[in-house]
Amino acid sequence: MRWFWIDRFTEFVSGERAVAIKNVAMAEEQMVDYMPGYPVMPSSLVVEGVAQTGGLLVGQHNAFRERVVLAKLSKAVFHTQAVPGDTLTYTAIVEDIKPDGAIMRGTSHIGETLHAELEVVFAHLDDRFDGVDLFHPADFLAMLRQLRIFDVGKRPDGTPIQIPEHMLVAEQARIAND
Amino acid sequence: MPSQDEIFEKVQAALVDALAVDDDEVTPEATLVGDLGAESIDFLDIVFKLEKAFEIEIPRAELFPEDILTSAEYVQDGKVTADGIAQLKERMPYADLSKFEANPMVQDFGNLLTVNDLCRYIASKVGN
Repeated sequence: MRWFWIDRFTEFVSGERAVAIKNVAMAEEQMVDYMPGYPVMPSSLVVEGVAQTGGLLVGQHNAFRERVVLAKLSKAVFHTQAVPGDTLTYTAIVEDIKPDGAIMRGTSHIGETLHAELEVVFAHLDDRFDGVDLFHPADFLAMLRQLRIFDVGKRPDGTPIQIPEHMLVAEQARIAND
Repeated sequence: MPSQDEIFEKVQAALVDALAVDDDEVTPEATLVGDLGAESIDFLDIVFKLEKAFEIEIPRAELFPEDILTSAEYVQDGKVTADGIAQLKERMPYADLSKFEANPMVQDFGNLLTVNDLCRYIASKVGN
């Protein structure tokens, strides 16, 4: 099952900020099932999209070795509704990243209009979750490529971010085994 | 250096924001878990907010001594040993452990910390 609530990254500054877009389409299932006859983008899926934007930003900071999970939605204010045809621009700004987790502020815009404001706390899964992998590293790498993180990702000094070695190794191992 | 009142006001604001409680619920005697409903993930949020408000670093172990509370050396049959209590006192001089000491069940530790303890901890960090 695919659970992508962003389409691609357009900006990505390691450890600082990321911008992703989400195109809202009538063809998506939630437009039929959420409020039949009144197609709007569910706020919960906007939250998920902004959190994916920020969660991958937080994950990249530690070379995607930490298992980053959305732990708490401290704030979510929606100013308007998104409908099919809208392009949502999600911006995630890291407030702080610590060994235990991270906190970020996020927004969603429809064009120039502020759609939503969020504050999200992420946790890094600790030793109590040993052996629990959120993704196979090769699958995770494929997903990151699809989202174009490595196409737009930069470090704060402007140099491009690199694919972590451990992900490339996992990808090569999978190719060798297939 | 901030006054005691200024510290309380900032701690109160952080807790109101992190726990979605009212100002008047955040009294000095209120316990973070029992009275204010803090869950484990809230502590991460609270620490972030306090660090920002006071421009300090808060090592997690100073507020939440999980290493002591999960240590086979300091915990026996679900109770913190005398050596463990000594460790906790050294780690958390700002906290009043007298009630906990009477029946030091590990499971009760989470409900120990009060708003006042938090203020005393912050005061120690900002040099008061």
